[in-house]
Amino acid sequence: MSNNGNGRTNGSPRIGVYICHCGINIAAKVDVERVTRFAETLPGVVVSKEYKFMCSDPGQELIQKDIREHDLNRIVVASCSPLMHEETFRKATANAGLNPFYFQMANIREHVSWVTKDKDLGTEKAKALVAGAVRRVSLHQALEKKRVDVHPDVLIVGGGIAGIHAALTIANSGRKVLLVEREPTIGGHMAMFDKTFPTLDCAACILTPKMSQVKDHPNITLWSYSEVTKVDGFAGNFTIQVTRKPRYVNEDECVGCMLCIDSCVYKQARVDDEFNQGLSKRKPIYIPFPQATPPVVVIDPETCMQLSKGKCKQLCAEACEKHAIDFNQKEEVIEVQAGAIILATGFKTFNPMRIPEYGYGRYLNVYTSLEVERLVNASGPTGGEVVLRDGSKPKSIAIIHCVGSRDHKTNKYCSRVCCMYSLKLAHLMKERSNAEVYNFYIDMRTPGKGYEEFYDKLLEEGTHFIRGRVAEVTDWALTDAEEGKMIVRVEDTLVGMPRRIPVDMVILSVGLEAQPDADDVRRLFGVSCSKQGWFTERHPKLAPVSTATDGVFLAGACQGPKDIPDTVAQAGAAAAEALAMIDKGFVELEPNTAFIDEEVCSGCKSCIPMCPYTAIKRDDEKKVAVINEALCKGCGTCVATCPSGAAQQNLFLDEQIYEEIEGVLNYV
Amino acid sequence: MSKPKAGFNWFASCGGCEEAVVDLHEAILDVVAAVDIVFWPCAMDFKKDDVRAMRDGEMDVCFINGAIRTSEEEEIAHLLRRKTKIVIAFGSCSHMGGIPGLGNLFTRDEILEHDFTQSFSVVNPEKTYPQEVTKVPEGEVELPRFLDYVRSLNQVIDVDYYLPGCPPPVALLRNAVQAVLSGELPPRGTVLAPDKALCQECPRLDSKPDDLAITEFKRPQEIIIDEEKCLLAQGLLCLGPATRSGCGAPCVNGNMPCTGCLGPTSRVKDYGLSTMTVFASLFESKDEKEIDELVDKIVDPVGSFNRYSLPSTFLHRKANV
Amino acid sequence: MSDAAAFEPRIVAFFCNWCTYTAADLTGVSRMAYEPNVRVIRVMCSGRIDPEFILAALREGADGVLIGGCHPGDCHYIEGNYKMLRRYRLLLKYLRAMGVDERRVRLEWIAASEGDKVQRVVNELTWTIRELGPLALPVMPQPEGAGASEESALAEANA
Repeated sequence: MSNNGNGRTNGSPRIGVYICHCGINIAAKVDVERVTRFAETLPGVVVSKEYKFMCSDPGQELIQKDIREHDLNRIVVASCSPLMHEETFRKATANAGLNPFYFQMANIREHVSWVTKDKDLGTEKAKALVAGAVRRVSLHQALEKKRVDVHPDVLIVGGGIAGIHAALTIANSGRKVLLVEREPTIGGHMAMFDKTFPTLDCAACILTPKMSQVKDHPNITLWSYSEVTKVDGFAGNFTIQVTRKPRYVNEDECVGCMLCIDSCVYKQARVDDEFNQGLSKRKPIYIPFPQATPPVVVIDPETCMQLSKGKCKQLCAEACEKHAIDFNQKEEVIEVQAGAIILATGFKTFNPMRIPEYGYGRYLNVYTSLEVERLVNASGPTGGEVVLRDGSKPKSIAIIHCVGSRDHKTNKYCSRVCCMYSLKLAHLMKERSNAEVYNFYIDMRTPGKGYEEFYDKLLEEGTHFIRGRVAEVTDWALTDAEEGKMIVRVEDTLVGMPRRIPVDMVILSVGLEAQPDADDVRRLFGVSCSKQGWFTERHPKLAPVSTATDGVFLAGACQGPKDIPDTVAQAGAAAAEALAMIDKGFVELEPNTAFIDEEVCSGCKSCIPMCPYTAIKRDDEKKVAVINEALCKGCGTCVATCPSGAAQQNLFLDEQIYEEIEGVLNYV
Repeated sequence: MSKPKAGFNWFASCGGCEEAVVDLHEAILDVVAAVDIVFWPCAMDFKKDDVRAMRDGEMDVCFINGAIRTSEEEEIAHLLRRKTKIVIAFGSCSHMGGIPGLGNLFTRDEILEHDFTQSFSVVNPEKTYPQEVTKVPEGEVELPRFLDYVRSLNQVIDVDYYLPGCPPPVALLRNAVQAVLSGELPPRGTVLAPDKALCQECPRLDSKPDDLAITEFKRPQEIIIDEEKCLLAQGLLCLGPATRSGCGAPCVNGNMPCTGCLGPTSRVKDYGLSTMTVFASLFESKDEKEIDELVDKIVDPVGSFNRYSLPSTFLHRKANV
Repeated sequence: MSDAAAFEPRIVAFFCNWCTYTAADLTGVSRMAYEPNVRVIRVMCSGRIDPEFILAALREGADGVLIGGCHPGDCHYIEGNYKMLRRYRLLLKYLRAMGVDERRVRLEWIAASEGDKVQRVVNELTWTIRELGPLALPVMPQPEGAGASEESALAEANA
């Protein structure tokens, strides 16, 4: 046992205390000078200094110089959160030849200066936290980080553009990727789009080659129609359980000829086509769209006669020369290993039924933007022709922005992409139908390369822009001109008057929301999410694709609404982070594992059921508990439970915590 | 060289600790042969003045049992401290406050009122209470004052060693006497018993499941207790996992759960909390309501977990006491 | 109770690293000011919190203790928070029996994204304890120092 708490105490404490101003972030609400002078009076403190930015190079050098000159053996830095800079200062400590765990941080920024209004009170609180840290660090011990080999494969969850791009980036580097997609095909939302803003290049033209690359790449294993159902392990060594749903078609045999679909006993397609947003029908045996990847048909067990009723002529199976159809296929549960995980689970669009005044579901010709993406798509239900549900062609079209965004009743946030895709749709609708197009917007948000220029172009194209949040869409005509139309009621805030615009078609620019099962997914992978369900990055600026769980990274809209360029950029970043971890070959584990002092352990077994990782066993010969350090993740639950104080936790020894308690309370 | 001088004294306790001395049986003759007993009010006629007459530090060792509840006990404790080189807190009451320590759940007035007016065996319509000073024809007679709360011995005087138990196990007493006689004593402040919990010497440990989860609490009278199986696994509140060993598990061998008389091992700061923590952590339920139902089954948490130790806990006594 | 204007509660908080400590950082980053009475001690998991820490804090002069962990089902270590919940429920019963107002010891599940909840809970607890007044646990008796007279010791115990 290397970390058993003995002989690592480094003589009597000679502590250096460093109080950071953080510019004025701390200094504005904490009298740094006073805290520094106070720290000098604490037992064991040899030097106490203040500095503008402790985390800067000169700040770190200050510590290192003092360690050498004053023979310091303990360091306390009072600055920001340890979650921010603990590693920085540990490294600085180590660079001066001191074990990095003779270091303790006092959080006087996030926990003091940023949350305290009164400077005197802030100063008092800072003093208390510094005193706690000084008392605690006196009992710190030298520890070593454990190195654990990293499994070189990467798991990517979600096969939208984010997952696809991350998978290709990693696979191209020579590493192996398992890409798991819930739907029968990869492609995600992007595959549904017609054109992409602001360049108006065709989404399929730029996406489908990447989808094929995924399919053909020797380093990528693609499991579509599959879901991750369990995750164990830790950074570098995850064990993942993937459940593969039966598609009733042997994936290895199916060549995607679709003869089976033609021969299905259903002569007419009767089932709502999910990919076309229900604007067209499909058969029980189907392929989501022609370029679906993998190009394999799938049978929907709910509508298939054979699978739902157990009785069918099975003409599809007959038609398949490869005998790929297998009605007996069962769900398969497979366990795989991976060193890193990238979550790219995407988003869902806002359901506008939640805003009944916009008439979606009530008026036939109110569409969501995603439906219109299919409607204008050359491979869509109408072959790209703008024909409404009632068979008519619209002469006037309203596009209502911010549906389910920037709205205190639904989502407060801005969905970031709606202004731009609304402009794109306005352009496409105008181009395809020559209708009058009205954009109803609150603010036009077009930051991005070429975005404002695109807006300018639309202004010139003769699209109408009306600034104001739409009150309602109604069919209550007040004039003959309004008869038979939908009337968009809005306060035009530029003109300063209410207006009524009669139109044939309404497009609701729905916002982006987190996946409905985001909460289950984040629990599965041990990451957190915001109240809205977006996965939380480790740091909004400095670690935007990492999560609080080492080895789990984020790409794309599962982290928050974003457009394709940002998604791809983030997917590349997540891939790079995952590769950096894997190519390093090992991960270092925080040495906060628990251990048993055999001298006091009675072998009472109380700790054994405490451990969620079955890291504790009883040594029947010695009659004491033994903790497997490799399995221990350092929660300390067994330590708190042990009725003898025999179980202890490195970095969180009972005595260290008691010292901190006494320090923060009795600091003067 | 003259024999070491030893004393024994009895404060607030049942007297069972004195029995433990007698339980040395024949070995007591060796003790008597090896030491001069210069103070033992329970067995021989010694008075306070005999102690006063001693030189400071004249007694080599004094075994003091019982908690401190009266002014007289406190006075004599200080006196004995001055006259003794090695003071050994002898038994649970002296060590941690013991059963009398549960008096710290009540104020002095509540106790006096109950004992002298409300107790079912008392008839006291005039509400006569004991007086500290009573005038009699011969002059004034004094009674010691009943103090506000109970203290363990080390809360009154410095204690050198602790010999735990209710009563202290004879084997531990024998070892302690040996250690004193040989002069091979551990660091001051040590509890003279093994620093491991009772489970280590429990004959039933092997029957304790590795994945013990507490779903119910039973009281001994409610079930027929299996004589082989771990008592905790039978739903009984056995405090063995948290209690110092050295007694040889007589209660468990007598088919009764450990009640914790030897107190905690050396690293535990609050015996009752430590005991509560281990049991609560082992509850099976994750549901707050179910947890509360289980907690409700523990009618008297203080009496259950701090039967012998209340004055030596962080809280020491009930808040208004 | 005592003079509420002069009394400022001292509160020790034990926050788990993954949820509540992170949430408290977020409170800071969001500049959501709250009562300055709380001193946060970080542990990896609420399962690490030994009720002995809580009572030690009260004994050392804290007027209240706040425990923060991940929401049920969200524990970074699967179920450490449930273990804390069980201890807490039993501890409350013990505190009641010992005459300590249970409102002084509060357990809250605060997720990493709930910076606003840290603000609210700390404020509420501070205000509650301000109302309750100082904890003022009975003084822990200490042995007399060497040389102290018997008389003075007696006087103290009778005071």
